[in-house]
Amino acid sequence: MTLANPSDFQPQGQPAPPAPSGGLQPEGWLRYLSFSLDHKVIGLQYLVCGFLFYFLGGALAGVIRTELASPISDFVARDTYNQVLTLHGTVMIFLWIVPVVNGGFGNYLIPFYVGARDMAFPRLNAVAFWLIPPAGLLLISSYFLQGGAAQSGWTAYPPLSITTPALGQVLWILSVLLLGGSSIFGGINFIATILKLRRPGLKLMQLPMYCWAMLGTSLLVVLSTPVLAGTLILLSFDIIAHTGFFNPALGGNVVVYQHLFWFYSHPAVYIMVLPAFGLVSEILPIHARKPLFGYATMVYSIMGIVLLGLVVWAHHMFTSGTPPWMRLFFTIATAFIAVPTGIKFFNWLATLWGGKIALNSAMLFACAFIVNFVFGGITGVALAQVPFDIHVHDTYFVVGHFHYIVYGGTVFVIFSAVYHWYPKFTGRMLNEDLGRLHFLLTFVGFNLCFAPQHWLGLNGMPRRVAEYDPSFTTWNQVSSVGALLMGLSTLPFLINVVVSAYRGDRAGDNPWNALTPEWLTSSPPPVENWIGDAPLVTHPYGYGTPTDRIDLNVATGRELWVGPDR
Amino acid sequence: MTSLAPGSSDSTSLAGLAVAETAADSHGHEQHGEHADVRLFGLATFLVADGMTFAGFFAAYLTFRAVNPLPEGSSYELELVLPAINTLLLLVSSYTFHRAGRGLLRGDHPSCRLWLLVSAALGAAFLGGQMVEYFNLPFGLTDNLFASTFYALTGFHGLHVTLGVICILIVWWQARAGGRITSATPFGLEAAELYWHFVDGIWVILFGILYLL
Repeated sequence: MTLANPSDFQPQGQPAPPAPSGGLQPEGWLRYLSFSLDHKVIGLQYLVCGFLFYFLGGALAGVIRTELASPISDFVARDTYNQVLTLHGTVMIFLWIVPVVNGGFGNYLIPFYVGARDMAFPRLNAVAFWLIPPAGLLLISSYFLQGGAAQSGWTAYPPLSITTPALGQVLWILSVLLLGGSSIFGGINFIATILKLRRPGLKLMQLPMYCWAMLGTSLLVVLSTPVLAGTLILLSFDIIAHTGFFNPALGGNVVVYQHLFWFYSHPAVYIMVLPAFGLVSEILPIHARKPLFGYATMVYSIMGIVLLGLVVWAHHMFTSGTPPWMRLFFTIATAFIAVPTGIKFFNWLATLWGGKIALNSAMLFACAFIVNFVFGGITGVALAQVPFDIHVHDTYFVVGHFHYIVYGGTVFVIFSAVYHWYPKFTGRMLNEDLGRLHFLLTFVGFNLCFAPQHWLGLNGMPRRVAEYDPSFTTWNQVSSVGALLMGLSTLPFLINVVVSAYRGDRAGDNPWNALTPEWLTSSPPPVENWIGDAPLVTHPYGYGTPTDRIDLNVATGRELWVGPDR
Repeated sequence: MTSLAPGSSDSTSLAGLAVAETAADSHGHEQHGEHADVRLFGLATFLVADGMTFAGFFAAYLTFRAVNPLPEGSSYELELVLPAINTLLLLVSSYTFHRAGRGLLRGDHPSCRLWLLVSAALGAAFLGGQMVEYFNLPFGLTDNLFASTFYALTGFHGLHVTLGVICILIVWWQARAGGRITSATPFGLEAAELYWHFVDGIWVILFGILYLL
């Protein structure tokens, strides 16, 4: 195999374009603490900031699982437990998964994929990121103020959220509003970049799949996040000004809050998982050396999920006095989502089928994602059925299902993506042995932690309560051991990403022999992504073709790399 | 170059695939420098999001109205004259703003600025009318569900109008001779105009469901 250095193919004699900031930006690692306009810097800011919040959210989960290791409330006070579970949910959703899987990888990859030098609105992009740290600090600080943090869960259902201590709840609302704003700004930027900034000659149906995933996700963000913002503003009026929008004692209506909340928060599940689908669609073909199977059906499936995702929200409310016709409609619509999702899964399996699979850390996490998500998806279809849902509503079955989707699905993909793109970020490889150890601990710990929760829920253990019936003790302890393993699994990962940044093997520009555009430049890439002009990649998944020979530069007849082996 | 979608499972078509060419491609496009101006597109996307906030409020109001009965002695009846005049003011201001834009494109800065001032004055008059209505209403913010929703909807819209008037005045200043808004660089004015039409459109819906329904 011959792997040529892509920079050999840059047109000679062209000076590097000046930095967009006119040289006012700090150099070196300091730019990661600055108001940088470079999409790659912003992407990594999202990523590192998100991981910090992930460790905080993980520590909170540790508190929850320690409390639940015994049936009585003996580790933290009951209202502290309520604060901890609210903070855990809010941090993990709004400060970890949504920013990382959208803002982090999206900002880093999308400009490469469309052949642009940066996002459409670099300043708005930087603003969107810098809304996140203050929002996070606001949320954390509420824990130390009078009355403590919010106690009503990440859903903040009234009347609970109106009757619990007001200061923590109001700060929670402010924090979520800031994060929602950040998310909307990001969504606008992605839509404009993907639709309007494509390199001349690049067609929509030639884009890498992650672009389609981010386009669909951004549509959901733009259409549904504002509804949550409006709802939370009304809720804050109820708390501060004692209006009665959602307060039954004042003639208000709590179910309207639930409708409006889930109009955002069900699509939010797709905001968290569609980008992960996109990232997996990039990772699998490269490490299986096969074209992504069924490109067009993948695109239509994503758009189908977007469309259906907007009209299924009331399946969260089957026990809220929802009328029968509404139950019927939302059950059917929800069951339909399994169709486009199933198409995507069969496409991924067909991509792997007969491929020359390299079972490295990135691929292990990606394959485990398929296993975990199918399990979470099947329990999801079960939950869409009204009789079953009524039985397990507000039990640990829902907690198990949700974590299979969001942890087993998205977080596994985030880890896979870190192993896959770390060489691009840093120019160095991550250690494979530590990576496999990380995978083993995560996979075993995750399943040990969350699989028993389905059983607990089926038998009636309610969620969000610090105490439980002693007959549930054994499986709760198994779950807590799993959580401990998950906590331990972050150690090899942390050591790996820190040490490899200095001591890792040199990666070269394109260690995976990939064809997607971000690999057709140096690692790490220059400020405006390419020294010369952006390559026009019309077949980003052309692996394992009869000749396995890709012309980077038709004009000069030179080849990027040649040879079927790796 | 084939136009097949990537990942096509048709193996015969993959045989001749060629991935890339340099940017100085057959179209002669150069990648350096400015890309197309997509700011108006971005603003339009933001207005879709903003519109969804209103849509949420409208949905909440209509559901409240359909499901939650008002307490004894309160009603949905509102005085119609002042809000109708206000609606007219906003609709006329949309037209005057349009005239301002046409003035700018002709390069006629004085005419453009005059129409901008008229638009801003109409917007301010709308806000004044809104204040007069607020002080003469028989109910306060927390009196009942309808009262709260009424103030939330009109207040949120009034906030938009206030922001719009400020934007018009900024545009008015920037459209002076030698300012940054010219017929060649009309973005500021176009953005403010798009936003203003959006705010007017929202008011028409709001007037329909809050006052007429």
